Amino acid sequence: MIIRILGEGQYDVADHALERLNELDAALEAAVEAGDEAAFATALSGLLEGVRTVGVAHPADSLDESDLILPYADATIDQVRQLLSDDGLIPG
Amino acid sequence: MSLMSRISLIFRSKANKALDRAEDPRETLDYSYQRQLDLLSKVRRGVADVATSRKRVELQVTQLEGSAAKLQAQAEKSLQMNREDLAREALTRKSALASQISDLKAQHAQLQGEEEKLTLAQQRLQAKVESFRTRKETIKATYTAAEAQTRINEAMSGIGEEMGDVGMAIQRAEDKTAQMQARAGAIDELIASGALDDASSINSGDDITRELESMSSQADVEAELARLKGVSAPQAPEAIEAAPDAGEILADEPEKQESVSDTSKDGQP
Repeated sequence: MIIRILGEGQYDVADHALERLNELDAALEAAVEAGDEAAFATALSGLLEGVRTVGVAHPADSLDESDLILPYADATIDQVRQLLSDDGLIPG
Repeated sequence: MSLMSRISLIFRSKANKALDRAEDPRETLDYSYQRQLDLLSKVRRGVADVATSRKRVELQVTQLEGSAAKLQAQAEKSLQMNREDLAREALTRKSALASQISDLKAQHAQLQGEEEKLTLAQQRLQAKVESFRTRKETIKATYTAAEAQTRINEAMSGIGEEMGDVGMAIQRAEDKTAQMQARAGAIDELIASGALDDASSINSGDDITRELESMSSQADVEAELARLKGVSAPQAPEAIEAAPDAGEILADEPEKQESVSDTSKDGQP
């Protein structure tokens, strides 16, 4: 499975590592919904660190699409909300 | 649905929208390639802009450190003249500069991080654009409508995601650079006004400042005079003896001191 960390690039992550990452993802989502900036920062850095640890950098010249995409490391809750809105941060 | 998959869905829908723009799929490929090249040059400009800001901050740090060194020297001279009050004044100003310097250094580190990130983004995009160009030529050469559409979709979505990511990275870097440029501009104005560069001109009506200035120039004059006496003396041993007694000699020759004082001031920046 290919996971992209925005601003950093793509990682190949083995499927068996996904369970742990999904837990962290759920924590991240809960923090966004609760608007809890501290919990959000902890969950995000845990999740990104997890991907970097278990993942292997995907070749830079491949044109493969990512299965999952994660916010950049210094993102705020507001920025993630904008990412999720259709006309948000992503340049069309 | 998980946050990770929601974000990737948004990216995918953006990439698909871009794909619908041209009627002939081969035109879509060329159009996309053109946009990729545009984006690449935008990233290069972004890297250059951040580097310019970083160098500007570096220059400011150097200037402020020069001012701080000047104040330190003034404080030392004041102490030699037993003027602790003046030394205190100089050190107070130096400590105000120190906090500016440490702020600037933090900004510098941030800009450096931004520059590295953008440089890496540029390398990743470059690799993908090159690979896209190869794939594009292959697809066009072996073109049969049904087959091409699938392969175009594959190539486009991968590059579309990268372009979206890089586009955001540039936007963030631009925002950060703009904030820092505003601050850097304010510091440039302060330096240009001389307020930071020359401590003696921060409150020109301040008695202590004027005294500090005049006392340090007196000390400069004494040192300069001692040096001149040493140089003009015909024999080396006399020159060595003359230097420590410079103060006494000056006291005996007030007129000469004044004339040297003028030239010495003119010679200063």
